[in-house]
Amino acid sequence: MKLEAIGLKKYFPLTSGFSLRGPRGWVKALDGVSVQVAEGETLGIVGESGSGKTTLAKLFLLLERPTSGSLLFDGKAVGDFGREDLVRYRRAVQAVFQDPYSSLNPRMRVGQIVAEPLPRDNGMSRPMVAQRVAEVLQLVGLPRESPALYPHEFSGGQRQRIAIARALVTYPKLIILDEPVSALDVSIRAQILNLLKHLQEKLGLAYVIISHDLAAARYLATRLAVMYAGKLVETGECDAVYAAPLHPYTEALLSAALPLHPSARRQRIVLAGEVPNPVNPPAGCRFHPRCPRVLPQCSSQEPEWREVKPERFTACHLY
Amino acid sequence: MREPSPLLVVENLKTHFFTRRGVTKAVDGVSFTLHAGETLALVGESGSGKSVTCLSLVRLVPEPAGRIVGGRVLLEGEDLLQKSSAEMRRVRGKKIAMVLQDPLTSLNPALTIGTQVGEVVRLHQGLRGTPLRERVLEAPRRLRIPAAGTRLRHYSHQFSGGMRQRVSSAIGLSCAPRLLIADEPTTALDVTIQAQYLELLKEVQASAGVAIILVTHDFGIVAAIADRVAVMYAGRIVEMGSTLQVFDNPSHPYTRALLRCLPDVGLKREQLVEIGGQPPDLARLPQGCPFAPRCPERQPVCHETYPPSVPVAGGHAASCWAAPGAKTRA
Amino acid sequence: MRAARHDVPWFPGLVLAALVFTAVFAFYLAPHSPTAGDITQKLIPPVWMEQGEWEHPLGTDRFGRDVLSRIIHGSRISLIVSLIAIGVAGTIGTLLGLISGYRGGVTDAVLMRVTDVGLSLPTILIAVVLVAVSEPSFSNVVLVIALLLWPRFARQMRGETLAIKEQDFVALAVVAGRSSAWIISRHIFPNVVPTLLVISTLQVGYVVLLEGTLSFLGVGVPPPSPAWGLMIADGRGFLATAWWISLFPGLAMVLTVLSVNLLGDWLRDHLDPKLRQLGRAAVLEAPAAASVGSPVDEAPVRGAAAGGDGA
Repeated sequence: MKLEAIGLKKYFPLTSGFSLRGPRGWVKALDGVSVQVAEGETLGIVGESGSGKTTLAKLFLLLERPTSGSLLFDGKAVGDFGREDLVRYRRAVQAVFQDPYSSLNPRMRVGQIVAEPLPRDNGMSRPMVAQRVAEVLQLVGLPRESPALYPHEFSGGQRQRIAIARALVTYPKLIILDEPVSALDVSIRAQILNLLKHLQEKLGLAYVIISHDLAAARYLATRLAVMYAGKLVETGECDAVYAAPLHPYTEALLSAALPLHPSARRQRIVLAGEVPNPVNPPAGCRFHPRCPRVLPQCSSQEPEWREVKPERFTACHLY
Repeated sequence: MREPSPLLVVENLKTHFFTRRGVTKAVDGVSFTLHAGETLALVGESGSGKSVTCLSLVRLVPEPAGRIVGGRVLLEGEDLLQKSSAEMRRVRGKKIAMVLQDPLTSLNPALTIGTQVGEVVRLHQGLRGTPLRERVLEAPRRLRIPAAGTRLRHYSHQFSGGMRQRVSSAIGLSCAPRLLIADEPTTALDVTIQAQYLELLKEVQASAGVAIILVTHDFGIVAAIADRVAVMYAGRIVEMGSTLQVFDNPSHPYTRALLRCLPDVGLKREQLVEIGGQPPDLARLPQGCPFAPRCPERQPVCHETYPPSVPVAGGHAASCWAAPGAKTRA
Repeated sequence: MRAARHDVPWFPGLVLAALVFTAVFAFYLAPHSPTAGDITQKLIPPVWMEQGEWEHPLGTDRFGRDVLSRIIHGSRISLIVSLIAIGVAGTIGTLLGLISGYRGGVTDAVLMRVTDVGLSLPTILIAVVLVAVSEPSFSNVVLVIALLLWPRFARQMRGETLAIKEQDFVALAVVAGRSSAWIISRHIFPNVVPTLLVISTLQVGYVVLLEGTLSFLGVGVPPPSPAWGLMIADGRGFLATAWWISLFPGLAMVLTVLSVNLLGDWLRDHLDPKLRQLGRAAVLEAPAAASVGSPVDEAPVRGAAAGGDGA
């Protein structure tokens, strides 16, 4: 299983209502992102608001179509998918979202919710469906009686388990986790993160975990991709990036993520300014207005995406 | 330099909510002291009572369901719980300011920022005209809001989230309060913006000598800027001490469990140690220590009586039967 | 007002139950025929006045028809007109609203413009014209009312659809590979039902009044039907002398509309917040009582809502 994004761009039109002229401008949510996930690994995508990470997740899940660029699944371009391919993709790629309350339809029973991704037409019989549902519910540690109950009878952490069970029901290869624990209580996060890790080992799953919480991303990810203002700024093996970030933004991001001891402090880099306007991003390197190590060419020339060290990619004029 | 007498003394504060389902003991005997220029972090998860504690300090607990049923809150020696509403109104904004989590709803979208800052200043300092204008410019300047002069004429939707939070804080600080209560001020902010904000807060505190009560669920923030920390669970403080003391020697099983179950950005953990079970139902608290059902070190006495506060070191105490020095009843 | 949320609406509930009961069993309850009058018995005042009789507790009209019996049978008309008109309008409106809200884009724009036209039509005028062009009949009245009513449903349901569409479970249904038809019917529709109920209830009052007005104007249900509006019209010339002919059907109408509106308000208070509470707000509350014990093999506590309805 391999999912590959090549030069993905997603621009949203800025229109004022029902205008007959073209859009006034474009929100460049994603501006050329190339990244890949292979079987069994976990790609962590980190970034702040406006980075484009959520848009990337939507593209992976085919909830939006890219403005340009392509997405390849096992070598075949998603744009060329036929009906069969689409069905297969949907079964192989599932998702868990941030909000355990809005992820479950309050009017459906848990059993129905979990069974939803399973094929209806000439797929599985009722008893088979019930059995599979029971299997996944047990995998995530929910009680046997759960299928008949409604979501409101469960706590936040348990609801997230239901969401995870549902993502597992079709024997997927890849699960997109969009901020899977951000909305949960701190003591519950460990439960869910451990569960995700355990499931990955047991079932050979690949994950894409999108998070603004660098600590949670670090716990699960094998590879890390850092995004800023719609572009990728750095990728590499997870621990390597955390230990020695290449791009100044990664450095600042990591230094802002607070470690769990008063004296364990990284060199504190506090960035000035704000995340750029996606309609009109800065020329050259998007980060240059805030970069503590800015060079003259950064404001005019966009840096090239290069492999600076073995398996470590970045786009920065420093290299 | 610490002033000898504390700015704020909270003694055995109790705030309960009375609903059809029963009585929810949101805050059930909270005591702490705070000196000028100090930052105290109130840490806990949802339902721990940290937010209700703050609301109780300024007497903004939603009525009629909520009521402060006991305790004393002494601000510079005066008990706030005994004051009339008119007197409290003079305290709020002037002596105690609050910054809340959601910068979007903290500001009135229909008024300019300048109006909102000016409102507070005019109310508490009685300034008009030029002195008012100058005062209004001060706080945003101090919070590094760029082009403060022009920006005061803007509306809240023209600011980003981080800026809005600074504006809210500017409003809070505009009358030089003695105490600033910040309830999860950075939860809705990006991590780099959070770093900016926390730096700023520390600066302002250093220059203005304001005491800060910071409510958070994030131990990282605690480690970064708090002088002292109080860990809350089910409406009570289970452990309190200086930040260094609590992090180096967590003496309550809940604190220990929390620190162990958090992923750390500084190192790759192999396994997060989970805390089993679920947070407690505040309307149906068990007898004895509310953490007992989930506590790996529970003993029979834990299910019967709430543990006393046991001193661990100078200024560091934990409420636990298993803490060394806790005398179990015969 | 929070306490009021849990008060069961006794008054409107009873009144409406009585109304439905009367309508269903009209033929057994009414002491006289609603249409056949005895001219010798005309203009008899209600029983508590001089010359009143127990035979005709609320008096008779100028054709000697018993007012009480007419009111009882009139309730059937009001009820049936409401049910059918709202049923038809509700179905069409909801369907259009759901599709418009879910699909968005051009479909939405076009449908909403049509709805706008529908909403801006002067109701009474159109009704008068439409019925005048054809001829007053029961089915025409129902049709006219339904035609004027569906845009309200469409608009509301579209709004609800837009809100529900934002919920993650809809996106997840797409990720699960489900078709739009499935999503609309299994996800969107069940979640708009509470609002649909509320709107429908609140429209009943409007329909009853509208039917009454149309009948009063002579373009509604044709005589000699005992429609309340017609009764009021009939009594117009006698307001000073035989006031009971117009007053009692008027009171019946007021009572019905009032009860229905009270019930609708109660429904709205009672149903909507519960729906909203299942969202973000509940996360900030203690996740209380939803379940106990460690995740594996521990049964959740039944019937307790996370976030509940407390403070």
